[in-house]
Amino acid sequence: MVRFLLSKLLYLIPTFLGITIVAFGFVRILPGDPVLLMAGERGVSPERHAELSAQLGFDKPVVMQYLDFLWRLLQGDLGNSLVTKKPVLAEFLALFPATVELGICAILIATLVGVPVGVLAAIKRGSWFDQVSMTSALVGFSMPIFWWGLLLIIFFSGILDWTPVSGRISLMYYFPQVTGFMLIDSLLSGQEGAFTSAVSHLILPSIVLATIPLAVIARQTRSAMLEVMGEDYVRTARAKGMPRRRVIGVHALRNAMIPVITTIGLQIGVLIAGAILTETIFSWPGIGKWMIDSIARRDYPVVQSGLLLIAGMVMVVNLLVDLTYGLINPRIRAS
Amino acid sequence: MKHLSRGLLAVSALALTTAFAEAKTFVYCSEASPEGFDPSPYTAGTTFDASGHPIYNRLTEFKKGTTEVEPGLAESWEVSEDGTEYTFKLRQGVKFHSNDGFTPTRDFNADDVIFSFQRQGDPDHPWHQYIPGITYEYYTSMDMPNLVKSVEKIDDYTVKFTLNRPEAPFLANIAMPFASIVSKEYADTLEAAGTKEDLNNMPIGTGPFRFVAYQKDAVIRYQKNADYWGTAPLIDDLIFAITPDSSVRLQKLKAGECHLMPYPSPADLESIRADDSLKLDEQPGLNVGYLAYNTTVAPFDNPKVRKALNMAVNKQAIIDAVFQGAAEPAKNPIPPTMWSYNDAVEDDSYDPEAAKAMLEEEGVTNLSMNIWAMPVQRPYMPNARRTAELMQEDLSKVGVDAQIVSYEWGEYLSKSMEAGRDGAVILGWTGDNGDPDNFLSVLLSCDSAQEGGANRAFWCNEEFSDLLQQAKVTSDQAERTKLYEEAQVIFKEQAPWLTIAHSTQYVPMRSDVTGFVMSPLGDYTFETVDLAE
Repeated sequence: MVRFLLSKLLYLIPTFLGITIVAFGFVRILPGDPVLLMAGERGVSPERHAELSAQLGFDKPVVMQYLDFLWRLLQGDLGNSLVTKKPVLAEFLALFPATVELGICAILIATLVGVPVGVLAAIKRGSWFDQVSMTSALVGFSMPIFWWGLLLIIFFSGILDWTPVSGRISLMYYFPQVTGFMLIDSLLSGQEGAFTSAVSHLILPSIVLATIPLAVIARQTRSAMLEVMGEDYVRTARAKGMPRRRVIGVHALRNAMIPVITTIGLQIGVLIAGAILTETIFSWPGIGKWMIDSIARRDYPVVQSGLLLIAGMVMVVNLLVDLTYGLINPRIRAS
Repeated sequence: MKHLSRGLLAVSALALTTAFAEAKTFVYCSEASPEGFDPSPYTAGTTFDASGHPIYNRLTEFKKGTTEVEPGLAESWEVSEDGTEYTFKLRQGVKFHSNDGFTPTRDFNADDVIFSFQRQGDPDHPWHQYIPGITYEYYTSMDMPNLVKSVEKIDDYTVKFTLNRPEAPFLANIAMPFASIVSKEYADTLEAAGTKEDLNNMPIGTGPFRFVAYQKDAVIRYQKNADYWGTAPLIDDLIFAITPDSSVRLQKLKAGECHLMPYPSPADLESIRADDSLKLDEQPGLNVGYLAYNTTVAPFDNPKVRKALNMAVNKQAIIDAVFQGAAEPAKNPIPPTMWSYNDAVEDDSYDPEAAKAMLEEEGVTNLSMNIWAMPVQRPYMPNARRTAELMQEDLSKVGVDAQIVSYEWGEYLSKSMEAGRDGAVILGWTGDNGDPDNFLSVLLSCDSAQEGGANRAFWCNEEFSDLLQQAKVTSDQAERTKLYEEAQVIFKEQAPWLTIAHSTQYVPMRSDVTGFVMSPLGDYTFETVDLAE
């Protein structure tokens, strides 16, 4: 297991270097110059432009800029935002918990609903349940998130008045941030009703963010289950007279879970992409909205370091997924 | 513990749904996060709404709802004969706010004024770069470094500014948020504690509201400044709920989660008017949307050709289709709400027949041209692509073949200022300070026609520029008005632009909101608002 872990970790080093190049290159490939964007309609004189570019280090050759970025990175310095002038890491840490909280809720919903639906659809293949759930999955997968979010707000918040429109907690509650996770902080605050308020604010954005992963997980579970149920060992188990529940729950599901877990792991990337839109609609102060604003302003340090942090996080999650395979399937560990 | 008790206070205070609570809380659904809370290094209007306006004051202020300058932290001032020396008498007994780490021991005085300007103007000042990479773009772009020769303290309550040249808009310039007065005593305290950056994070000012807390991209909280030197705010707590999407802002407003919002989508105006729980304030914006010809390239170097093209475009159709009626046709480069607006100027009438004849007369046939459509939405231009399409259609009727081009925004801005540019550019401007100079000189003078300027017509008319220069060094407003009126006549004759529209500004709010005053400069300020019981 240790060797397995080490070999996986070793892969991370070239991957990480590759990501630094992509993250650094990405914003620079985009047309647009942060200095010009800052000046706007007013314009900026060539002298002032040169002065500001030099101050920001953009006058150096790109390779030098990259090496500079890498050198600082190794010292733990992710740079300062061109817009707010604040350290990128501090901004990331302030916003990250909000995205994690939303992401965890979304992936929980997607998994807890998606896996059982997929299993049921597989068992009752061809039934109305199978038809309805798989059609809904297709619709969910193709749903434009922005439109879907607005629709839910208008229906549940506007017409039914069941949930708040946006934000993380009612403005009535005000307490210092301890962990950055609103569910935990609201409990710690001891203020009556704060936790309930935080939960009610989480419902709609979590559903919106969970929609696409839920559809993917349900479909993946269904097809994996169908495949496994056709295997010889499942037939043998049933022929032995083993109860159906045990055959499905232990023999089939456990093996079907391997591709499903891969899918769930891959959904982390999808979640980040979805978070950009979800956070914008629900005024959710997370890193998705932060990235999109920074790209629009060509805030190079934020985009490159932000991408790096997000990519690093996705890498860690994928590593954890790989390790989970090892736990579920000893054959992977051995190879 | 302090935070907590303040939080509990806010809880007991909040009167969103219960009208009869003891304290009044006003929630504003703002559209974006502030860049920071020190107004001087930043340029965005949202930053000024969150910092400069609630937290700070300036020597001079804009009278609410107007662009007239009135005394602020300076009670009065004297201008020398030659217009280069401004001596300000400062208001006495003005208190700075306090927070957990700072309690002022003295009132506002001349040291604060000197500190506030020198930190921006003097590159060697210890506070010039108190955050690495910080710059003072507004100070620079208003040409203050070349304008201000010195700022001197005469006594504790008298400050003298010496300018390198007379500049009539100076009093309006220093009423702008970048010229906000910060506390030198607070800066000294922060320096001693080694936390200089808190000047930007935990702001201390003299304004109507005291900063309480900011949660990035989510919420800003303020409390009424009970010691305010002016008329104290009527509400007790002010909250900015940052809500970037305009449809969501409207839903929040309808649900009573906030009291007032900026920038409604034009498509939502009908439903806002129809809702009894809401009301809608409107006023003409201090802006202009235009199409700038390249006046250095044939045949657009011929004013008659430009005039003919202007006559070929149906402005009203653009206003109906693109602005959904929320604008008025522009004939001058400055909006009608601005002093010196010349209403006697007659607009080129929409007349395709005459336009065609004029083009033929000038020997222009088979003309093809580019129309540049900006890729972003601005209050002065909600949809440039659609505008360009309408123009394209109109121009084809007079035999002009127009192609639409566009670039990424930053590139659009820089490429459109490249000499010899091919085509006419759609762009616009929103005023900074209500002075006509801020439109005319910035957008149309000979100086601004050079690289790095904003004169996208590259139009340099000596007579016009001379009038602007004269007006700039004249302090008598009646005389300046005459000069600007004359300049507008030249502008119309020469037609470097097709002036498109001045868009209307809308502010939807809950119907129980009273006392909100719309600012022609597009600021959102809340010291006069109240909630009806």
